[in-house]
Amino acid sequence: MSTVIDTSRRAFLSTTAVASAGLVVACCIPPTLRKALAEAAPAAKAPVAPNAFIHIAPDNRVTILLKHSEMGQGVWTSLPMVVAEELGCDWATIQVEHAPVAPAYAHTVFGLQMTGGSTSTWESFDQLRMAGAVARELLVAAAAARLDTAPANCRVERGYVLHDARRVSFGEVAAAAAKLPTPANVKLKDARDWTLIGQPTRRLDSLAKTTGRAEFGFDVKRPDLAVALVARAPVFGATLKTFDARKAKAMPGVIDVVQVPSGVAVLGKHFWAAKQGRDALVLDWDEGAFARTSTASLREQYRALAATPGAPAKAAGDVEAALKAASGVIEAEYEVPFLAHAPMEPLNCTVELGPDGCEIWTGTQFQGVDQGTVAKLLGLKPEQVRLHTMFLGGGFGRRANPQSDFVVEAVQVARAAKRPVKVVWTREDDIHGGYYRPMWLSRLRAALGKDGKPVAWAHTLVGQSIMAGTPFAASIKNGVDGSSVEGAADSPYLAAIAAHRVDLHSPTSPVTVLWWRSVGHSNTAFVVESFIDELAHAARQDPLEYRRALLPKDSRERRALDLAAAKFGWGQPLPQGHAAGLAVHASFGSYVAQVAEVSLQDGKPRVHRVVCAIDCGPVVNPLTVEAQMQSGIVFGLSAALYGELTFKDGRVEQGNFHDYPVLRLPDMPRVEVHIVPSTDKMGGCGEPGTPPIAPAVGNALFALTGQRLRRLPFRLA
Amino acid sequence: MKLVVNGRAHEVDAPADMPLLWVLRDLVGLTGTKFGCGMALCGACTVHVGGQPVRACVTPVAAVAGQPVTTIEGLSPDGTHPVQRAWQEVDVVQCGYCQSGQIMAAAALLKQNPAPSDADIDTALAGNLCRCGTYQRIRAAVHRAAELQKGAAG
Repeated sequence: MSTVIDTSRRAFLSTTAVASAGLVVACCIPPTLRKALAEAAPAAKAPVAPNAFIHIAPDNRVTILLKHSEMGQGVWTSLPMVVAEELGCDWATIQVEHAPVAPAYAHTVFGLQMTGGSTSTWESFDQLRMAGAVARELLVAAAAARLDTAPANCRVERGYVLHDARRVSFGEVAAAAAKLPTPANVKLKDARDWTLIGQPTRRLDSLAKTTGRAEFGFDVKRPDLAVALVARAPVFGATLKTFDARKAKAMPGVIDVVQVPSGVAVLGKHFWAAKQGRDALVLDWDEGAFARTSTASLREQYRALAATPGAPAKAAGDVEAALKAASGVIEAEYEVPFLAHAPMEPLNCTVELGPDGCEIWTGTQFQGVDQGTVAKLLGLKPEQVRLHTMFLGGGFGRRANPQSDFVVEAVQVARAAKRPVKVVWTREDDIHGGYYRPMWLSRLRAALGKDGKPVAWAHTLVGQSIMAGTPFAASIKNGVDGSSVEGAADSPYLAAIAAHRVDLHSPTSPVTVLWWRSVGHSNTAFVVESFIDELAHAARQDPLEYRRALLPKDSRERRALDLAAAKFGWGQPLPQGHAAGLAVHASFGSYVAQVAEVSLQDGKPRVHRVVCAIDCGPVVNPLTVEAQMQSGIVFGLSAALYGELTFKDGRVEQGNFHDYPVLRLPDMPRVEVHIVPSTDKMGGCGEPGTPPIAPAVGNALFALTGQRLRRLPFRLA
Repeated sequence: MKLVVNGRAHEVDAPADMPLLWVLRDLVGLTGTKFGCGMALCGACTVHVGGQPVRACVTPVAAVAGQPVTTIEGLSPDGTHPVQRAWQEVDVVQCGYCQSGQIMAAAALLKQNPAPSDADIDTALAGNLCRCGTYQRIRAAVHRAAELQKGAAG
């Protein structure tokens, strides 16, 4: 299944990976031993880590240890479904906990414990089914011994092992099962026998999240815990010259003021004291060279670069000759801005340093990286850094930081202040704090043949590399960061275009950049699917038929596109003042097509309806797939309609939801999600819903107004 | 200062201008009410004061002294308020961080308007942001909660 990951990403992770956990199986042991095992596991280096995923208590409660982070995407429910399918327990007895950090929980492809890249379901699907199946076999063996019969005479039903009229519960034999040797050959259920996988299943975290009981990082309570806010550089690359903390220290409730590499931390008895204290700091910064930078100056720099050839990412034929020979060249410049992830829960991290190590409570997507980074910083062994994963109030990539920025900073504050501390970020800290989706500028040129199909395609991208300067920089090959050109260099349209070239410039700047839900696709889908639409119109062809003619007949893109178009009623008359546009884009192993219906309201775009079709292969929980498509569409619409960070004098001009707006309920279109029945390779769902929405809306706005909008967010003339 | 939260009296040592949100979270210890923006822009901190929805992040604690405050923890003892039940049935939550505020805003709406239209819902909940994009299920769940509430009353 690893082949859905592009090779560059696999390469970078293998360079930093710990030994892969290999086949991990599960059986059942008491919680104390389970805890001890989990804590010992990092040092054990055993290829098999028993008990990693399943614990069965004597009262039959089944606890699933979730190696991924629940950040809204629904793994808290869908992955236990995968385990339970094989285990054969009663679904009502399932409880879920975030797993500790240990090699047993490493990502089966990336080698580190983490959640990202829309990989969770497919990367653990076989592993978790196997864990459930091994546990079931052990329980059956133990029960058979109890019932004085052979395992082959027994069957499993809703948490019981049955033989003739007698039955033994899982809980009764869990301890005995744990002592048995792991079976060598375990048969997994045939897909047609699945009773849980594929069934719409409601979330297991609903009760906690509708009663205020769910614990997010921001909610962590510890004895004697101070709350800290950090005053960070106002300009990227600025350095602190001096600061005066006298007023801050005099504020009621302020405990301490300490300097850390990222700035000055004010510790208070509670948030409000820390906030008042931070507001009272007097700071003198050397702002550095970036203080002369603005969005306009960046645009000029990027535009100049785009006029020159970049590092080649994909090439076939002689593009320049083909363009020269053509009777006309269609040329366009596209641009997308820097974006903050702006998860609803601002970043935070709680740290306690003790004589034996470091304990951390936070919502993170990158436990494996965070543990290693903190261990190195403090001179500890990885297992001395005990990280508790809390519910994440949204992640979207921001909580997967190769440098562990918000975790490392909290450790530095705790170390400097010599006390337990929870470092919290305000919304302004979050919007100003960097690790943005990079700004991108694209220059495209194409020429059409007599039949209207493209015969030449040149695409030059300009934007900062996410991988450069991180531990994953080894993934950059020949000047090309694969995540910069994903969705462009591997566009399915290129195969049908004899002469094509995709190349890349990766300018550097002090602005920190990071993956933002759908990563490079958040840019490339907009550019490629808008430009294809331009070509369709230039060829005077229907945008749907134009795409269908370019895409391979049996491609999954075409299946998704055909389903979305049919369900929308493409070509049918729409209400007066409405128009439709479409886009199809593959990302993270899934194929998503969307048709958007738009109108103008007070001169601004209004999206009424989105019909979405996804082919993600076999589906574990259709309710999750539907939710993730809705979610991805809303995330992409926020960016398409509103999202923009701009720089002036090196400063980000936006700071909170009034000037960095996101979609609100009154602007929510009616979204219909259709799943392509598919037995093809399983893909992801967390991100693939985002890329197609901007081009679908942009193409609809063109159909409505005749204005081709090539810069996000959309602004009509 | 005396504060009545979810029917219980609390004596809190807080400056008069400290926002209710931080008094609830950091002094009373009720963390179901969330911080999202600090400027009444996102609605994650919505609680009821005297039955009315307010944004706790910009409400000075002195302004609510003596008035009954209800937080998500006090909406029902066991998560069975019609809005909570509807949220569970419709499978609304994703990350869940904004949902305390969404639920408190919806509960306030239904108290005042037991059969809201889509437009009523959109208006009442326009101030409650959700980055996960649960909006469509929120609309459906508010309608469902209205049904459940009607059933319970009838």
